Amino acid sequence: MLIPSALITGFGLGSMYGLLALGFYVTYAVSNTVNFAQGSTMMLGAVLTFTFGVTLAWPIWAAVIISLAACALWGVVVERIAVRPFVARGSGSWLMATVALGIVLENVVLFTFGKDPRGMPANWLTTDGFFLAGIKIQPLQLLIPLAGLSIAIALHVVSTRTRYGKALLAVVQNSDAARLMGINVTVAVMAAFAASGLFAGIAGILIAPLFTISSTMGTLFGIKAFAVAILGGISNPWGVVVAGLIYGLAEALITALLGSTYTQIVTFSLVILALTLWPHGLFGHAAVKKV
Amino acid sequence: MPPLCILRGMRRRLIFAAASVALAIGLGGHGARAAEPIVIGHVAALSGASAQSGEAITRGLTIAIDEINARGGLLGGRKIELIQRDDESSPPKGLIAARELIFKEKVAAFFGGIDSPVSLAIVPIANKEKVPFMGVWAAATPITRNGADPNYVFRVSAVDALVDVKLLDYANKKRGATKAGLMLINNPWGESNEKGLVAADKENSAVEIVGIEKFESSDVDMVPQLTRLKEAGADTIILVVNTPPGAQMMKSRERMGWNVPVVSHWGISGGRFPELAGPTAGDAHFVQTYSFFGEQGPAGKRLIDALKSKYPEIKGPEDIFAPIGTANAYDAMHLLALGIEKAGSTDGDAIRAALEDLGPYEGLIKTYDKPFSKDNHDALGPADYIMVRYEGDKIVPVE
Repeated sequence: MLIPSALITGFGLGSMYGLLALGFYVTYAVSNTVNFAQGSTMMLGAVLTFTFGVTLAWPIWAAVIISLAACALWGVVVERIAVRPFVARGSGSWLMATVALGIVLENVVLFTFGKDPRGMPANWLTTDGFFLAGIKIQPLQLLIPLAGLSIAIALHVVSTRTRYGKALLAVVQNSDAARLMGINVTVAVMAAFAASGLFAGIAGILIAPLFTISSTMGTLFGIKAFAVAILGGISNPWGVVVAGLIYGLAEALITALLGSTYTQIVTFSLVILALTLWPHGLFGHAAVKKV
Repeated sequence: MPPLCILRGMRRRLIFAAASVALAIGLGGHGARAAEPIVIGHVAALSGASAQSGEAITRGLTIAIDEINARGGLLGGRKIELIQRDDESSPPKGLIAARELIFKEKVAAFFGGIDSPVSLAIVPIANKEKVPFMGVWAAATPITRNGADPNYVFRVSAVDALVDVKLLDYANKKRGATKAGLMLINNPWGESNEKGLVAADKENSAVEIVGIEKFESSDVDMVPQLTRLKEAGADTIILVVNTPPGAQMMKSRERMGWNVPVVSHWGISGGRFPELAGPTAGDAHFVQTYSFFGEQGPAGKRLIDALKSKYPEIKGPEDIFAPIGTANAYDAMHLLALGIEKAGSTDGDAIRAALEDLGPYEGLIKTYDKPFSKDNHDALGPADYIMVRYEGDKIVPVE
C-alpha cells in the first residue's frame, strides 16, 4: 500500500517537474542560457488561464490559446531584456537578470491578481478517473506525462530529423560559423525562448487544477525543475523527462518510507551526490570543445 | 526673483503654522481637555493575503467604539478614536507600527491581528512600555503566557494549547476517534501545536496519537503522508494548517477515497477553502469562537444589525467574512472600555490592574464571569470554542 501509492504520486509529480524542465533544455540546447525563473512563467500560464477562463468566463480553449501565446511572448521578452544584452557582452549576469525578471513578474501578478490563492473549478479532467492501488488517477494526471513525452519526442524529431532543428543546434556549437552559413542566430535563440515559455505555460495550465493558483506557485517548482534539468544532463530531452520521473519518485518514496521531515533534505542531498558521481548529469555527456 | 517669492511664501506659511500651534496649545490648556479623545491603536494585516482578517477585526472594533461613543464615551465624555497600522503580516513591520502607536500616537491600549509571529514580536515592547496589548485573533500560547510580571498582554481569542485539548476531545467524543493522525504545517505554528497536541494527548486517555506528519505549504500531493497515517491505523486526522495547503490535503484525501473524519484548527477558515478544496471541503470540522448563524443573543442581534447598516454589502450572517475577527474584537473592545472606565484614567498600569479585576459582563461570545485575572489573561477557554464546517461558502455550527 505504502510503496504503490508512493509510486503513483511520484510518477505524477515527476512528470510535472520533467515537463517544466524541458523549458530549460530547449534554450540551453540552442544558446547555452536558460530562463532561471521558469517557475514564474509557469505561474503566468496558470494565472492567465484562470483570469481569462474563470474570472472573465471566456471559452476555455480561447483562454488556453491566449495564455500560451502570452507565455511564449514572455519567453521572448525575457530573452530580449534579461539574456541578450548580457550575453552580447560576454557576461554571465543573465542568470541573475532572469531571476530578477521573474521576481518582477511575480510581484506584478501579486498586485493585479491578488495574494488570495484561487482554485480552478472542478471538471472531468479532475473529477473522473479510475482507482489504481487505492488511489484515484485523474485524467489530468495522465495528460501531464503524456504532454511531457510528446514534447520530448517532438524536440527529438525536430532536432535530429529536420533542417531547421539541425540549424538550431548548430547555433550553440559555433554561432559565428552558423551565422556565416546563413542561419539567423538571433531568431533561432528567440524561437528557443518562445518555446521555453510555451512549455512552462503548458505545465502551468496542466498543474493549475491539481494545485492552488497564486503568484508564488511556481517558485519551488522552478527550482526543482532546474535540479531535474541538471540531473538529466540538460542537453538531452529524454534525459530531462526521465530525470523528472526519478526525482518525483525519490521524493514520494522518501516521504512514504522515512517521513515527510526528511523529504527535502534527502532528495536535494541525492541530487548533489548524483552530480558528484556523474558531473554531466545522469543522461548527459561531456561537451567537446573543438578548436 | 522667483526664488525670493517662494521664500517669502514659505515664511508666511511658517508664521501661520507657528501661530496655529500656539493657539492649539493655548486652547488645550483651557476648556478643551474634557473632550480630548482616548486614542486606541490596532496593528494588524490590513493588506495582503490576510487583509480580510484585519478588515474583520476593524469592523468589530468600529461597531463597539460607535456604541461606546454613542453612549457618551468614557471617563466623563471622552470619545474613543481608533488609529490603525498595517503590519503586512511581517513581525518587524508590526514592531515598528507598535512603537509608532506607543510613542507617537500615545495610545492608551492597542489591539493585535491574525499573525502569531507579529503578536509575539510586539509582546516585549507592550510589557516594557506598560501599554495594554489586546490580542483578538493570533492564538500562539506564549502571547499571553509570556512570563512577564506584571503582564500587559490580554486576549479575547482562542489559545493553541487549549484548542489542542478541544480538538482531541471533539475528535473522540463527536467523531468516534481513538487513533488520531496529525497533519501539521512545517512551520513554528505547526510545531507549537505539535507540542500542544502531544501534551493534550497525555491528559486524554481515550485518544492516542498514532502518527505525526508534516508538509510544506507548497506541497502538491500529500498522499504519501496520508498513506503513512492510514497504515498506522489513524481513524481521524487532526489538521493544523492555513487554507491553501489545507485544501491540497483535502484533495489528496479525496483521491485516496479515504473518508476519514478531519478535525481542524481554524487556519482553514480564512481565504477560499471551499473553492480550493472542492467538494470535500465540508468534511473538515474546525474550531471557532463564535458563529453568527443560528439563534443569536441580544448582543448578536445588535451587532448584526449594526454591521448591516454600516456595511451595506452585509445582508446576513453569510456575508460576515472572517467572523471570529469581528466577534472577538467586538467583545475585546467592550471589555477594554470597561477596564478604562474602572481604572478612571488612561494610565497603562491602572488599565491593566482594572482589567484583571473586572466583574461579570454580558458579551457577544458569552457572559464573562470574570474575564481576566492576575494569572489568566485569556478571556476565552475550551468551553467557549465551537466546532463548525463549511456548507457551500457558509460557515455553520456542527455542535
